[in-house]
Amino acid sequence: MITPFPSDSVGLVTPQTLRFDEPLQLDCGRTLPGFELVYETYGSLNANRSNAVLICHALSGDHHAAGYHQPDDGKPGWWDSSIGPGKPIDTRHFFVVCCNNLGGCKGSTGPVSINPDTGKPYGPDFPIVTVRDWVRSQARLADHLGITAWAAVIGGSLGGMQAMQWTIDFPDRIRHAVVIAAAPRLSTQNIAFNEVARQAIVSDPDFHEGHYYEQGVVPRRGLMVARMLGHITYLSDEGMRAKFGRELREGKLNFHFESEFEIESYLRHQGYSFVGRFDANTYLLMTKALDYFDPAADFDNDLTAAFRQARARFLVISFTSDWRFSSARSREIVKALVAANRDVSYAEIPSTQGHDAFLMPIPRYLETFTAYMQRVADEVDTDVFLAQT
Amino acid sequence: MSSLLRPDIELISEWIRPGSRILDLGCGDGALLAYLRDRRQVSGYGLEIDEDKITRCIQAGVNVIHTDLEAGLSDFDDDSFDYVIMTQTLQAVQHTERLLDEMLRVGREGVVTFPNFGHWKCRLQLALGGRMPVVKTLPHAWYNTPNIHLFTIRDFEQLCRDKGIRLLQCVVLDHAHRFNPGLQFFPNLLGEVALYRLGRP
Repeated sequence: MITPFPSDSVGLVTPQTLRFDEPLQLDCGRTLPGFELVYETYGSLNANRSNAVLICHALSGDHHAAGYHQPDDGKPGWWDSSIGPGKPIDTRHFFVVCCNNLGGCKGSTGPVSINPDTGKPYGPDFPIVTVRDWVRSQARLADHLGITAWAAVIGGSLGGMQAMQWTIDFPDRIRHAVVIAAAPRLSTQNIAFNEVARQAIVSDPDFHEGHYYEQGVVPRRGLMVARMLGHITYLSDEGMRAKFGRELREGKLNFHFESEFEIESYLRHQGYSFVGRFDANTYLLMTKALDYFDPAADFDNDLTAAFRQARARFLVISFTSDWRFSSARSREIVKALVAANRDVSYAEIPSTQGHDAFLMPIPRYLETFTAYMQRVADEVDTDVFLAQT
Repeated sequence: MSSLLRPDIELISEWIRPGSRILDLGCGDGALLAYLRDRRQVSGYGLEIDEDKITRCIQAGVNVIHTDLEAGLSDFDDDSFDYVIMTQTLQAVQHTERLLDEMLRVGREGVVTFPNFGHWKCRLQLALGGRMPVVKTLPHAWYNTPNIHLFTIRDFEQLCRDKGIRLLQCVVLDHAHRFNPGLQFFPNLLGEVALYRLGRP
């Protein structure tokens, strides 16, 4: 059969939607009476259901982590560089699950969904969800799929935070956590950036305090600025200089305020295209989930005590040029894990691509990641793993 | 840095109490930790800076933490390991004395191995040839060697005495890393590799 996809792609994939009618108690004190999660799976679940891997997405990610929805899709899922046959998360060994998180805008219950109480979209009334809430909802998904324990929970950035939370909240349901370009909680500076992004959105005249759906508008300018700001924090100074320098689009200064430098046009393009595919209320929720994430807070601000709950083994990866969640933040995680006597390996990958590096096919990164996942796969296949379960 | 040979690993293993918690500074491909895990049921971590070696540790299922030893061991708490081990690394670090202090702060005991610069071949090459020695255990030329702090067994014991570090056990080996009782009479002259178990002052 001739396939239009590369041989190391998972190929055509179809999202599925699952409805949960059991109420979900949230950290904010409110309860979702029911909810839906949209998710994708790649590879197949083995007979003893021991080879399942959960992928957790970051701020603007979704359930479409790998492969293509249509044969003529221009781009594959957001983490196609790491998921597929022969890739670090090898679908010949693993059954890979990725869902759109609660509060998202890609099909799982979120601000754009209809509130059963009002018959109108939730909009700003959608409860503020936390990483713990997500983990709880993902556990429901695991129940449905018959997965008692994940062979690994894996994520970059906000996704890595979910992997950590899994080890603390469901220690018996996760064997390995792969935590990439993450932090044990946001820095003051991280929160400050998030606040500027939120203010850009809420101060847009088209925001209408979040009720913009009814007005038939979207806070386009605000969301665009928020995304542009975000993008600056995803790249490194060095990477930006290498990619865009101070190149002028028309080769000369024009003494006006249209975009002149290549970096301006890049950021505007990123902003524009984001508005078409993302919801402003979801963006606000996701940044709040980031700000609130702090697993140590439940343990007297002692991260080591938090990790003493964990039974999983950890791989922690950071990138040299990531200043959003720098290597020092990953080392905080490692330090706490060592103090808690957990199994952990840590690698710092040289890269100029900033925070975004975790999505890139950097050879050293993929090699390290592959080496670890190979061990996870070997374990899945042996009785040792079952004996531990 | 020369690689760790089997006899060294076996000798060190005999010194390690089963079930101990271990930190291996400059752990290379993780061979020592893997051996101690399998034979001595130890737990612990290797610290390594070389990325290829980090990958090999991960492949071997050994916990490895990307670390620059020159930056010290500040990420590790006092008294948090039974043994801190440093094989064939002490002579290659900038802050030798500080790292020794750090070893015995983090670990209750230390184990070090190093090439003995006082071996007769080294002495002969310098004394008669007038050149910096190049021997099996120190195979680099003076201009490209990673071994920046060369020292002899007597130098090392003097430093330990000065610092009050207790020498709990010592073995010297020949160039093939073999144990030979004869070496123990003139260790600083005949020993090419020295192994020490150290206790806190």
